[in-house]
Amino acid sequence: MPPEMLLLAALDGLAYGSLIFLVAVGLSLIFGVLGVLNVAHGSFYAIGAYVAAAGVLALTGMGLPPWLAFPFFIVAAVLVGVIVGGLVETLLLRRIYGKEEVLQLLVTFAVFMILEDAQKVVFGVQPYFANAPMNWLGTIEVFGIFYTQYQLILIPTVALLVLVGLRLFLRRTAFGRAIVAVTQDRDAATAMGIDATRVYLITFIIGASLAALGGALSSATTSLTPGIGSGMIVLSFAVAATAGLGRIEGAAVAALLIGLGRSVAVYFAPEFDVLIPYLIMVAVLLIKPEGLFTTVQTRKV
Amino acid sequence: MARQLIIGAGLLAALIIFPLLSPWSTVILTVALCEGLAALGILVLLRAGQVSFGHGLYFAFSAYVVAFMAAARFGHEVLILVPVATAASGLLAALVGLFVVRYRAIFFGMLNLAISMVFFSLLEKLFSITGGADGKRVPRPTLAGISLERAEFELWIFYITLGLAVLAALGVARYLLSPGGKALEAIKSNETRLEYLGVSSRKVLFGAYVLSGLLAGLGGAVIALVSGHVTPELAYWVRSGEFVFIAILGGVGGVVGPFLGALMFQIIRGYAAVYAPETWHAVLGVMLLVIIFFAPNGLYGLMTGRKPAGTGQ
Amino acid sequence: MVRMKWAAALAAAAMLGAPALAQDKPKELVVGIATFLSGPASVFGVPGKNAADLLIEELNAKGGVLGVPVKPVYVDEGAGTNQLLSEYRRVAQEQGAQVMFGAISSGSCNALAPVAEDLKVVNVMWDCGTQTIFEEGKWKYSVRTQAHAGAEMMSTLLYLMKAKPDFKTIAVVNQDYAWGRESWALFQAGLKALKPDVKVVAELFPKFGAPDFSTEITRLSALRPDVVLSTSWGGDLDTFVQQAAARGLLKQSTFVLPLAESSLERLGNVLPEGVIIGGRGDHYWLHPKHKNSPEMLSFVKKYKDKTGVYPIYPTFHMAQAVIGLAKAYEKAGQATGGKWPSKEQVIAAFEGLEFKSLTGTISIRSDHQGLEDQLLGTTKRVPDYPFAVYDKMALYPGKLVTTPLGEKSLEWFAKVKPELVTDTSIETFDYAK
Repeated sequence: MPPEMLLLAALDGLAYGSLIFLVAVGLSLIFGVLGVLNVAHGSFYAIGAYVAAAGVLALTGMGLPPWLAFPFFIVAAVLVGVIVGGLVETLLLRRIYGKEEVLQLLVTFAVFMILEDAQKVVFGVQPYFANAPMNWLGTIEVFGIFYTQYQLILIPTVALLVLVGLRLFLRRTAFGRAIVAVTQDRDAATAMGIDATRVYLITFIIGASLAALGGALSSATTSLTPGIGSGMIVLSFAVAATAGLGRIEGAAVAALLIGLGRSVAVYFAPEFDVLIPYLIMVAVLLIKPEGLFTTVQTRKV
Repeated sequence: MARQLIIGAGLLAALIIFPLLSPWSTVILTVALCEGLAALGILVLLRAGQVSFGHGLYFAFSAYVVAFMAAARFGHEVLILVPVATAASGLLAALVGLFVVRYRAIFFGMLNLAISMVFFSLLEKLFSITGGADGKRVPRPTLAGISLERAEFELWIFYITLGLAVLAALGVARYLLSPGGKALEAIKSNETRLEYLGVSSRKVLFGAYVLSGLLAGLGGAVIALVSGHVTPELAYWVRSGEFVFIAILGGVGGVVGPFLGALMFQIIRGYAAVYAPETWHAVLGVMLLVIIFFAPNGLYGLMTGRKPAGTGQ
Repeated sequence: MVRMKWAAALAAAAMLGAPALAQDKPKELVVGIATFLSGPASVFGVPGKNAADLLIEELNAKGGVLGVPVKPVYVDEGAGTNQLLSEYRRVAQEQGAQVMFGAISSGSCNALAPVAEDLKVVNVMWDCGTQTIFEEGKWKYSVRTQAHAGAEMMSTLLYLMKAKPDFKTIAVVNQDYAWGRESWALFQAGLKALKPDVKVVAELFPKFGAPDFSTEITRLSALRPDVVLSTSWGGDLDTFVQQAAARGLLKQSTFVLPLAESSLERLGNVLPEGVIIGGRGDHYWLHPKHKNSPEMLSFVKKYKDKTGVYPIYPTFHMAQAVIGLAKAYEKAGQATGGKWPSKEQVIAAFEGLEFKSLTGTISIRSDHQGLEDQLLGTTKRVPDYPFAVYDKMALYPGKLVTTPLGEKSLEWFAKVKPELVTDTSIETFDYAK
């Protein structure tokens, strides 16, 4: 295999890895702060995708220019995060933080089951797609092969912006620091006057919005069918666990690793492309139990 | 304890009579028993505070062992297939257990999930061997050397499964009361203290893990027999999630719980399939929320009014 | 709730005791229909259900089957095989269904056929395509009212040989499950017999439901095969075509998409001209011979009014199952002198049955396999519709392209003769308004 093919494979993995990153980083953030592994996260991704596609179809149907889709993606993501994510946190999760982990997990599992059907009722079962934004951006040629600018440039750029933005938000703003404080020691943070309830709610909304943003971005490249959420959730679990739960930069590296691993597999061993994410996850957890990017913490006695 | 026996005996009596009155229910009840067995395995792990989102692995592994053996006409006999398949998943659980017992909480759950998804993907990918997503047919084997018609076969399998389930429930109940079982609860409440007492928590958890794998394997072997068909979906993470769902629905306070939960699960699913065929997931989801918020000790807890084990009676 | 269940159980027990021979007319004929109501395959399942509702309503308005109204009961195939099996059984045993329609997925059909035998219930395989069902097994109670994968792939191969006789390389991108694997195995066997010098440059089987085909498309762009075959459907096909179109691949190679009929309307202007398409049979709502028949016009209008879209092939498959069932009951009723026929008499009536579907004639062979014509075409953009239509159509008679009775498709494909490509019984049509 010529070396430029390796580069091409890497380019393919980039867009895919970036999308997984957006979803996984939200999952990771929520786990880091709330301590809840959110199974319904895949549903936020799916709903974000459906809302975005419906909006773009409506926009282009009214004859408005396709570039309006890009600001609309952000609006859709925030809306889904605030409305769906906010409702799930305030109505359900908030009432159960003191309970056992398994119950928290199952609450999100129940939400997942309900939202899966809700999507079907609202958006129907026919594949849904809105590719106008992807076509509007056009293609770019690399070694004689056409790539869409949307996948090669836009999606990875958004992922990078989210990564940098999250870092700045968590380190430089007061609220971001409050989030970090809660992650490190919940009791101490509350004792110091941080409003944990508010931190939980806003973190959950941010996490859900990021998943919805990933969905919105994917709506231009892929057909939306019932069940897209359940495939995505396992992938983002794999990324989050590989990175170490709560690790933002780690999620970026792990997502990239899984994206690249998968596309290289399509070249060398197409039979094993679906196994790659899980194999990476199992391997990492076996060697570094707390994930690639976590420093070992002392166990509480 | 007396209450547990009364509930168990009542459930058992109802289960013995029901299939005689309504033949169509035999298979649904058998499926409920199989899922109950898997959920019983989850219950054992929950006593140690560990949640596995990957026990579909043992369920599916055992089912495929049955499918391959039955198709190869090797040991085309229920009395051989079920023990061999169950033992095989016990063996697999021992192998996987060597690694996963080193992990706790979310990492334990994740690792189980990942391993089961590897198995699921392999079942789908290796089309020429496993039949891919369409699965494999399981020809109906003989029972004690006799070839039976479907209806009789199903009735017999049901009563055999019922007998095995009772044995399994009694065995697990004994195990939970034994020192090993008590040590299991200590892993949940305070693992470090357990270690100071000189008990290896890994060994304790390992035993529980193998037991849970055996229970899920037994359920999977029987489900392959009554369905006559196995698919990779048996190993999918949603299926594993359902086992945890069933365990919580029934309540983890006693070994009858998972079976109550599995029956309830099948009944709700059956009714939802009739009256809301397009939204039965949502119906189950709402039911789960109701249980968690209003009856966190599950159906069993509702019946006994007991608090779940481990919260200090 | 529990009491209801007991009552139902007792009623079911009483019903099972009834004799199986010619009976009094029941109050209604319950037909259990297994179809995908959830999961990705609901893109076929839900249109199938919509069509069934519509057609059964119409049938009942005309007096039902032998004067007995038909009542459909739906079972979700998307719930997984085990759940499907127990639901199927419940509908047959508890709700007293005499006829079951099962199912869409070949996996489900394989699992349901032995159950139907044991329950002694008439099982109409209304959509599944695997040729192995009747080639490797004998099922007394199951019957298929449409063609199988053999006929579908043979006609696709013949069409490609006619439309693009000089191609040298081919690549395949199929979904990774039985249909994707089996359809390629058949196609490849036939290709080897007809054109042994063609080189297969890539065999890709992306995961079912894959959201991204970037890597596959890059590989195909680099390999530049003359022909790209994909038997994918639903969301997978839409995604693949979309991503391939955006990156110019559709202009580079000739695409052969034997299931694209079901995606035409959704794909709108994404699908360019010159793509070879089919729809698993002779069904197409703009069928060159039947598009203006009163039955077709009425069906298309009613379906479009109800769902807002044009009917796709699963709705025609459902129509064939419903019409076939009604005709089989009629035939069996004649044999019993107007009495309500037993299930065994109905299944016997299916053998050798010939009936008109919306787009042709279906005949059921003695092995219970249906013979159905196959329609293929090449896409063309016309001002009449915002999506591509069939042009340069070829209609292959079912008898010509279906594996002969008693033979196995894979072996039959391996010995196919080039004369078949130009057989005189193949009719051709161009798009006409």
